[in-house]
Amino acid sequence: MDSFFLIEKGVLIVVIFAITMLIALYSTFAERKIAAFFQDRVGPNRAGPGGILQPLADGLKMFTKEDFTPDTPNKFLFILGPGLFMTTALLTSSVIPWGDTVNLFGREFNLQVADINVAVIFIFGVVSIGVYGIMIGGWASNNKYSLLGAVRATSQMISYEIAMGLSIISVLMMTGTLSLREISLQQYGFINWNEHWFSWYVFRQPLAFLIFLTCAFAETNRTPFDLPECESELIGGYHTEYSSMKLGFYLFAEYINMFISSAIISVLFFGGFNYPGMNWVNETWGINAVAFLGVVALFIKIFFFIFFYMWVRWTVPRFRYDQLMNLGWKVLIPLSILNIVITGGVILLLK
Amino acid sequence: MTLYIFYFLSFVAIFCGLMTVFSRNPIHSVLYLIGCFFAIAGHYLLLEAEFLAVVHIIVYAGAIMVLFLFTLMMMNLNEQIEKHKPALARMAAVIASGLLMLVLIAILKKADTLTVATNQNDAIGTIKNLGKILLDEYFFPFEFASVLFLTAMVGAVLLAKKDKSKVAS
Amino acid sequence: MATDIKSISLSGRKKEVSVKEMTFMEKIYLPEIAKGMGITLRHFFKKKVTINYPEEKREFSPVYRGRHILMRDENGAERCVACGLCAVACPAEAITMVAAERKPGEEGLYREEKYASVYEINMLRCIFCGLCEEACPKDAIYLTEDLIKPDFTREGFIYGKDKLVMPLEDKIEKIK
Repeated sequence: MDSFFLIEKGVLIVVIFAITMLIALYSTFAERKIAAFFQDRVGPNRAGPGGILQPLADGLKMFTKEDFTPDTPNKFLFILGPGLFMTTALLTSSVIPWGDTVNLFGREFNLQVADINVAVIFIFGVVSIGVYGIMIGGWASNNKYSLLGAVRATSQMISYEIAMGLSIISVLMMTGTLSLREISLQQYGFINWNEHWFSWYVFRQPLAFLIFLTCAFAETNRTPFDLPECESELIGGYHTEYSSMKLGFYLFAEYINMFISSAIISVLFFGGFNYPGMNWVNETWGINAVAFLGVVALFIKIFFFIFFYMWVRWTVPRFRYDQLMNLGWKVLIPLSILNIVITGGVILLLK
Repeated sequence: MTLYIFYFLSFVAIFCGLMTVFSRNPIHSVLYLIGCFFAIAGHYLLLEAEFLAVVHIIVYAGAIMVLFLFTLMMMNLNEQIEKHKPALARMAAVIASGLLMLVLIAILKKADTLTVATNQNDAIGTIKNLGKILLDEYFFPFEFASVLFLTAMVGAVLLAKKDKSKVAS
Repeated sequence: MATDIKSISLSGRKKEVSVKEMTFMEKIYLPEIAKGMGITLRHFFKKKVTINYPEEKREFSPVYRGRHILMRDENGAERCVACGLCAVACPAEAITMVAAERKPGEEGLYREEKYASVYEINMLRCIFCGLCEEACPKDAIYLTEDLIKPDFTREGFIYGKDKLVMPLEDKIEKIK
């Protein structure tokens, strides 16, 4: 473990952290702006040109608000909740391959913090721990509505985690690996003429993609599955008692989750850092240009999915809780199991 | 460095384990237990068994303990409600833990004669090898375990299902 | 005969509510969601209806009745003679006034011998019906297109002559 390696990874971690924060910050702005556009309004436009400084104003407001702690016997857990939620939201970014190999200073870099061979399972592990942030926070608030919101959030998240995991298995059967980097590399380019096939997994596993997408909405507690913070029934859900930056952490972590899940969807199904015409770029401008454009391509995909999240939010109304559970357990799980069986059969047939 | 990490993780695991038993609030117990699981997952990582570590976290910390926490939170147990156990239960607990202690001591006495199998192959814990071993060498036990789980699932569904004849009457 | 719900609907867009079983295409949700998302996307690119208030202002209707103004005549003298007809006409009893006699040398200030030394309208009571405007025999009070400005106290909404009388500069400008 030489010092160069440590510096490389350290820089990468800091850069990814900063980018994640920046994107989450501007997702809040984008959400308000896009919501306004869908409703024929113009949205926030007073802070800075076109309202570009609005997130800073929001952040300042969050920081300077009164930090209220309810009368609860679990002060420590009350503080731990949002912290845990934020931590788990940020953890996942470490295994996502942000770009192809770069050749700088005579060395080869992978634009990825950790290329572990269990990356997909690692993500599931982190997501499953994310539940605790909500649960501990909701319980430590000493409030019935918070507790109900937390219970809802948790049961929703663990229910949809199953369908999510099963839907991803059919993809993993085709990839034969759990490393997200290798999965990205398998989807090289856009059209893979050697196999007479579109290389992105969304073309080979459309059903798995749809199930994964639906589950991603449920996992990030976004509409139409935002029952944990259903105002008409639960006041504010699990973060009813939170104020100031603790509430900010919960809300912020939700946007980070959105960003990360968009990144995972892009990597798993939309080729990650791959884009059409990579061979041509490689021949004309060399490997660094390929990697740079790859990062741009990945971020375009991610931004599209963030936009998609918001688009769906202002289109589809909230599900009822029994509908949510029916959809998760009686529709998505059997469908994904069916998908696994079909995929296995097809793979065997093609052999 | 690895040794220090090992000592640290062991300390965390034992501390959390003890606190699981000693804390009065059941929810705190569960949270300490989760901490204990994380320490053990760290041990797996030290042994280069990444898959086992992550699965340990998903299954125990991510699923089972969530359900535990769920039930405990809904029951809203706290120190005031907890009743004193009857003398018979206490006696039973003492005998059971004494027996467990006996077994543990017996194992530990035997253990120092065994040599620790050191580092056969670094890739032994990776998911590829694990999968191959599970679905090749240990195929039948693996499938039997899955049948067992299936039975448990069917049983749970049967228990949870509404009795239509009772509802009608 | 049961009338069809469409025939009694004025807009012709009313639909009968039904609880029929969903068809398969409806049950898989996705086509319907895609349809809905098409509609929202159309709105995304539509012209926005927002009016950026301080910079742009919505046009008032020609008969809009806003803040009152006490007019001056072409020489800049106040027209009001404090007859009290507006106060009588006011259904909300928002207007009070104190009459005074014009002193010699004030001919440029007040048109007639009698004038209102105090003239107050409580803008919180006023309903902007415009009856004072109709009652006035001297064409002294008019309702303009201005809005009442917000204030922190109730007292701030009792407008005296300082706020109501048309500023002198306006008059001069109009004569030009």
